Amino acid sequence: MSQWEVVIGLETHVQLLTKSKIFSGAATAFGAEPNRQACAVDIALPGVLPVLNRAAVVCAIKFGLAVGAKIAPRSVFARKNYFYPDLPKGYQISQYETPVVAGGGLSIRVGEQEKFVRLVRAHLEEDAGKSLHEDFHGKTGIDLNRAGTPLLEIVSEPDLRSSAEAVAYAKALHSLVTWIGICDGNLQEGSFRVDANVSVRRPGAPFGTRREIKNLNSFRFLQQAIDYEVAWQINELEEGRAIHQATVLFDPASGETRAMRSKEDAHDYRYFPDPDLLPLEITPQWIEEVKAALPELPQAMRERFQADYGLSAYDASTLTATREMARYFEETVAAAGKENAKLCANWVMGELAARLNREELDIAAVPLAPALLAGLIRRIADGTLSSKLAKEVFEALWNGEGQDADAIIEARGLKQVSDAAAIEPIIDAVIAAQPKSVEEFRAGKEKALNALVGQVMKATQGKANPQQVGELLRKKLAAN
Amino acid sequence: MIHTASLKTLAAQLAQKKISSVELATLFLDRIERYNPTLNAFITVDRDKALAAARQADAQLGAGETAPLLGIPLAHKDIFCTRGLRTTCGSKMLANFVAPYDAHVVERLREAGMVMLGKCNMDEFAMGSSNETSYFGPVKNPWDLTRVPGGSSGGSAAAIAARLVPAATGTDTGGSIRQPAALCGLTGLKPTYGVVSRYGMIAFASSLDQGGPMAASAEDCALLLNAMAGFDARDSTSLERAPEDYTRELERPLDGLKIGLPKEFFGAGMDDGVRAAVEEALAEYRRLGAETIEVSLPNSGLSVPAYYVLAPAEASSNLARYDGVRYGHRAAEYRDLIDMYEKTRAEGFGAEVKRRILIGTYVLSHGYYDAYYLKAQQVRRLIAADFAEAFKQCDVLMGPTTPSAAFRFGEKSADPVAMYLSDIYTIAVNLAGLPGLSIPCGFAGGLPVGLQIIGPWFAEARMLNVAHRYQQATDWHRRLPEEFA
Repeated sequence: MSQWEVVIGLETHVQLLTKSKIFSGAATAFGAEPNRQACAVDIALPGVLPVLNRAAVVCAIKFGLAVGAKIAPRSVFARKNYFYPDLPKGYQISQYETPVVAGGGLSIRVGEQEKFVRLVRAHLEEDAGKSLHEDFHGKTGIDLNRAGTPLLEIVSEPDLRSSAEAVAYAKALHSLVTWIGICDGNLQEGSFRVDANVSVRRPGAPFGTRREIKNLNSFRFLQQAIDYEVAWQINELEEGRAIHQATVLFDPASGETRAMRSKEDAHDYRYFPDPDLLPLEITPQWIEEVKAALPELPQAMRERFQADYGLSAYDASTLTATREMARYFEETVAAAGKENAKLCANWVMGELAARLNREELDIAAVPLAPALLAGLIRRIADGTLSSKLAKEVFEALWNGEGQDADAIIEARGLKQVSDAAAIEPIIDAVIAAQPKSVEEFRAGKEKALNALVGQVMKATQGKANPQQVGELLRKKLAAN
Repeated sequence: MIHTASLKTLAAQLAQKKISSVELATLFLDRIERYNPTLNAFITVDRDKALAAARQADAQLGAGETAPLLGIPLAHKDIFCTRGLRTTCGSKMLANFVAPYDAHVVERLREAGMVMLGKCNMDEFAMGSSNETSYFGPVKNPWDLTRVPGGSSGGSAAAIAARLVPAATGTDTGGSIRQPAALCGLTGLKPTYGVVSRYGMIAFASSLDQGGPMAASAEDCALLLNAMAGFDARDSTSLERAPEDYTRELERPLDGLKIGLPKEFFGAGMDDGVRAAVEEALAEYRRLGAETIEVSLPNSGLSVPAYYVLAPAEASSNLARYDGVRYGHRAAEYRDLIDMYEKTRAEGFGAEVKRRILIGTYVLSHGYYDAYYLKAQQVRRLIAADFAEAFKQCDVLMGPTTPSAAFRFGEKSADPVAMYLSDIYTIAVNLAGLPGLSIPCGFAGGLPVGLQIIGPWFAEARMLNVAHRYQQATDWHRRLPEEFA
């Protein structure tokens, strides 16, 4: 297995977050009754014509800017001709020779390794409808609600070398398109669909023959499908059989890929420029307008987090996984003070993320305002709270108890006791009650001190500062 | 004789309450009832809808409203979608299709107060030059019932020629307004591409299709175009321009007009009778103060082959939507999806439509695209450049609209290439997106002959002026076929 190199390129269909369809005024919302969101243009009645939705173009420009690509001043819509019942016109309007976005790329991270994945292109096109094969007693039902939904098809170079890289790329792309607000990122509803072109080769050899796995709508399926496909291809080659170019489908139930159609019966799509649409012209001014409205991009934000807050590359990358997470973190830092940024990062990525995960909540729906978390963090930083008590306060804040961290600390009497005068009598009592530990410590057994500290903490219900207790204990035991 | 009156006269009579819109509609509807069985110019006539629209117009007229076309009857080529009234496009495929919307042109002319009497016969999907390809049977030429009226807007042409209606709409992809206008002795205008919205006009070849008016005279056409033209956001190829009054130049004298005569339009292949009539018309223009000069369109010989690559290519794709899935004809029995497609399209389309779908599919196929489609697009640019060059030397171009007068049924239908060549003078105009006008200029063997006037982009007002001044000096456009007088 080790002498084979895996080569993967992904084609991703990103459903654009526009109110209406790419060439008609019908709504794009998901889940309507079948054929209720399909107008005369979408069902291709005779005589009706497509009119380009500018909002879809803005999405394409945003994406091009976000990946540092070239945005074509003039691109052309073409017809891709084939017959299928859920393709009402008998052709799909897409872009062929001149896509709206060319080149660019994005950084991915697998473990500690960072890698730049280049993009070939991204082009605008319309989605088809859906064929429904169940519930029609041997016939097929057609739902054209999805017909004409705007898509941006993003094609990567074959730069990916493992399923892990493919998943990292897909996740980075998913994060980016939701970050810049051009896609809702909903995988279950098909807003983000991936086709994987997979081949294997001997290192240094030319590319092998690829097979294309169609329509993967989860990161887990993407990984499973590629792993299965790679193992299958290697096995074929090692058994002396050739790989034939084909389109394959992944069956999540069996975990296998199977060929749908071979290259021999591939369609001749007879592409030609759509005479119903003028070439798409994008002026530098239009690009500037879109650029001005673009949010800070994740890559730039990661770099800033490292520079401004002294975070590690890993932390910066985790905190910028989504725009909401990054915004939450920054608002927490703003309220807690920049000097506490690392502590903020730990709490956002740690306790908060774990809690969200456990309750299956998105950070956008977090019940805890950043200012409240910041209040807690300030009390940890100034020594008021031990980390153990901090978790208790976090719990209370999460559940909406008390106005803020200080109120909870006050109400529950959780304030760390740092007053030596208050602690000394307790220390004396513990020394008196634990002669064995005292003896062991004096005999040079450092660990015995921990037991004594533990007893003091127990006696103070955790309110003492363990570091201070240790110091006081040493002093007293040395003096006696 | 009110049925032979100009649109201007009809409007005046309506305004002066000498006749009502209902009376006028009834008069023409009665003529349709009487003569249409002979001519087959209409596919659908809706008397009730027509009279309701006429009553509405009468109410407006009664309220003192005046508008140049208010209350005047018209017919639409059955390629324009009409809400609630079937639109067949001359095909079995759409024999029962009822659109839930009006074409832009239909909307505009209704808003202008015109009363639609019905829908005119046409070659199937506008593919044909003789009206012989209609699923609803051929249309007869009122000047000689053994001859074709031309096509594809042959129903519109025959209906006006026999005065079953004073005006009609047509569409012109390679000559489909001008050629039937010439063969039936009418005036027909194909405007500059983009002047009239294609919304709701069933597509044949999107980059060439253009709707336009057909009527007895240039003045009538100018009035109709005023209502038909205008920007429509629903058609991306519709041009956003300030509205124009196409009648504004009608009376301009022709002194100093420079008429270019493309030598390629006067070579071999033109019938003597046509040549004589066209030469006489040019002599008349010189008498009216115009000057004629010879010009050249060196690539015009390539226009028919380029057209018969591009138009079928676009058609093969435009007609893919007729698959039996959502509307239109569907085969009664089929084994599976492919069988359903094959039987539906085999039964739903006629021979000429199939021929063009096959040609179009072939020229767009992998390995042939560059040699055919791409090359034809390059030729198209050369043809447009030829015209641009010619218009540096003259204001308009003139020549015959067709190489011969109306031919007999069956004469060319067995030979597609012979049929395609009947559009030899009109096709280049569509390829270049230019406006083209055909006016009656005499007779050859008792059959009308058309003079074609071609102008630069957006020269419609000037071209209509050139036609109108000629029509003030001649009466070819007032002649009627005896049987229908």
